[in-house]
Amino acid sequence: MVGLAHYLTVAAILFTLGIFGIFLNRKNVIVILMSIELILLAVNINLVAFSVHHQDLVGQVFALLVLAIAAAEAAIGLAIIVVYFRNRGSIAVEDINLMRG
Amino acid sequence: MTDALPELTLILPELILVCGGMALLMVGAFTGDRSYHSVSWVSVLVILGAGVAASATTEPRTTLFGDQFVVDAFGHFMKWLVFIGSALAIVMSFGYNRRERIGRPEYPILIVFATLGMSMMISANDLISLYVGLELQSLALYVIAAFRRDSARSSEAGLKYFVLGALSSGMLLYGCSMVYGFAGSTGFETLAGLFSRADAAPEIGVVVGLVFVIAGLAFKISAVPFHMWTPDVYQGAPTPVTAFFAIAPKVAAMALFVRVLVGPFFDLFQQWQQIVVFIAILSMILGALAAIWQTNIKRLLAYSSIGHVGFALVGLAAGSTDGVRGVAIYMAVYLVMTAGTFCCVLAMRQNGRMVENLTDLAGLSRNAPLMALALAIFMFSMAGIPPLAGFFSKLYVFLAAVDAGLYTLAVIGVLTSVISAFYYLRIVKIMYFDEPAEAFDKPMGRSLAAIVAVSSVLVVAFIAFQTPIVRAAEVAAAVLFFS
Repeated sequence: MVGLAHYLTVAAILFTLGIFGIFLNRKNVIVILMSIELILLAVNINLVAFSVHHQDLVGQVFALLVLAIAAAEAAIGLAIIVVYFRNRGSIAVEDINLMRG
Repeated sequence: MTDALPELTLILPELILVCGGMALLMVGAFTGDRSYHSVSWVSVLVILGAGVAASATTEPRTTLFGDQFVVDAFGHFMKWLVFIGSALAIVMSFGYNRRERIGRPEYPILIVFATLGMSMMISANDLISLYVGLELQSLALYVIAAFRRDSARSSEAGLKYFVLGALSSGMLLYGCSMVYGFAGSTGFETLAGLFSRADAAPEIGVVVGLVFVIAGLAFKISAVPFHMWTPDVYQGAPTPVTAFFAIAPKVAAMALFVRVLVGPFFDLFQQWQQIVVFIAILSMILGALAAIWQTNIKRLLAYSSIGHVGFALVGLAAGSTDGVRGVAIYMAVYLVMTAGTFCCVLAMRQNGRMVENLTDLAGLSRNAPLMALALAIFMFSMAGIPPLAGFFSKLYVFLAAVDAGLYTLAVIGVLTSVISAFYYLRIVKIMYFDEPAEAFDKPMGRSLAAIVAVSSVLVVAFIAFQTPIVRAAEVAAAVLFFS
């Protein structure tokens, strides 16, 4: 029987993968965008699992709103990456270093 | 939810911002860049109209839309600050945007939408409306940080802000899901009721969720250890955008931070007080030390704002009405000082080019005595020297901390305040005693000069008319401790 704890474990693993994906990745900004999506999806698994566990619809409503906002966030992120690529000709993470200090 | 259609007059400020923003978007889309000026002024009017609507409603404390949204005195106070900050940010940007050829109507419209998001998150009364309001604000801010599309620095600032902002939203959201899962509700009032009834220690899941929520919100107010985006974004973004970032979103995020901790999680005070004390101490120390080595004034102001956030958190750590009153007063004073300082930074132009180094200020007292005087006033005030406004704002938060028995925190606060005085006074020394550098272009612009004049008068004469501000902050703080 797959219970609440299993879902929470999967979500926690995905969340951790997302965080590590942002900080350990040195190659490409697109991977960071994917990591952010991973974090949000981990949250959604959490919300839906809790929603079923409590027999309460609020969690699923929350999950739908998160999906909608994640889409908007990804659109804006990609747009910013396009602008950045036009200026620098590269989206490698190690090149994002004009400002230091 | 008793009535299907709640009192729409209570959300009039938000309605004005939504309708105004969308109408202006249409105007901007059809007329193009030539409508920049008119759209900007109408945006200022829309924001001020929302402010008037916010002060017109005097209902005690009402929740709307199935307890998603709360209208109260604390919200009015903070909304007024945010609206003033946003309107000032639009007015400040005219000259810069025209000279740098980025005067497009999207700029004021994005500020209107960001303001709407801030206004919604100040009034959030549920984890869902908190998240939606926060994202509405953040999405507009990501775009506006990268607004100078042809500048590598601006787009890099936008990219950094986006990545770290999205990460913080993710952490906040993970915290929200834990709180929802282990407490069983997202409503602030329901949560407060649940936690006040629990006689034993709260579930570990709720505490983990609370820590994630605090981490996410600490990103938004740029408190240490979640501050790393601040200096880069402040330096890279166009200066009027930096000014906007430094005033309005910071006030709004601080208001949200206070509302979340003092509202639903008030009975977990034991748990969150340690965290708030910790990040307050770190922010004050980093704000005081890291700014000493900065040579770029925008970077320096970024570290200074981190320090100010630390001081404001001292009031929150007290967890009392006086403490929250101190936070409200601190944010009001911070808004005035920062707006004035950034107007001076916007006037730093040599031969039509913006300059940002501290050494460019050398001998300003001889080239532009009034601007030097105003900037000196702001620096003295930020350093907390009596009888200027910055001294009183620090006094209120430190008194609240002492009353709550947080002596160590108050002592560290005073010490870091003394250390940070070093770099504020260094700016004054550069302006008054160094050999004059090339003079700045004149005139600085009527709107900038007016903002500098008004804010320096407010800072100097704060003691004369602090009574209404303190009283309003007191009412605002009292409403949070209703239970």
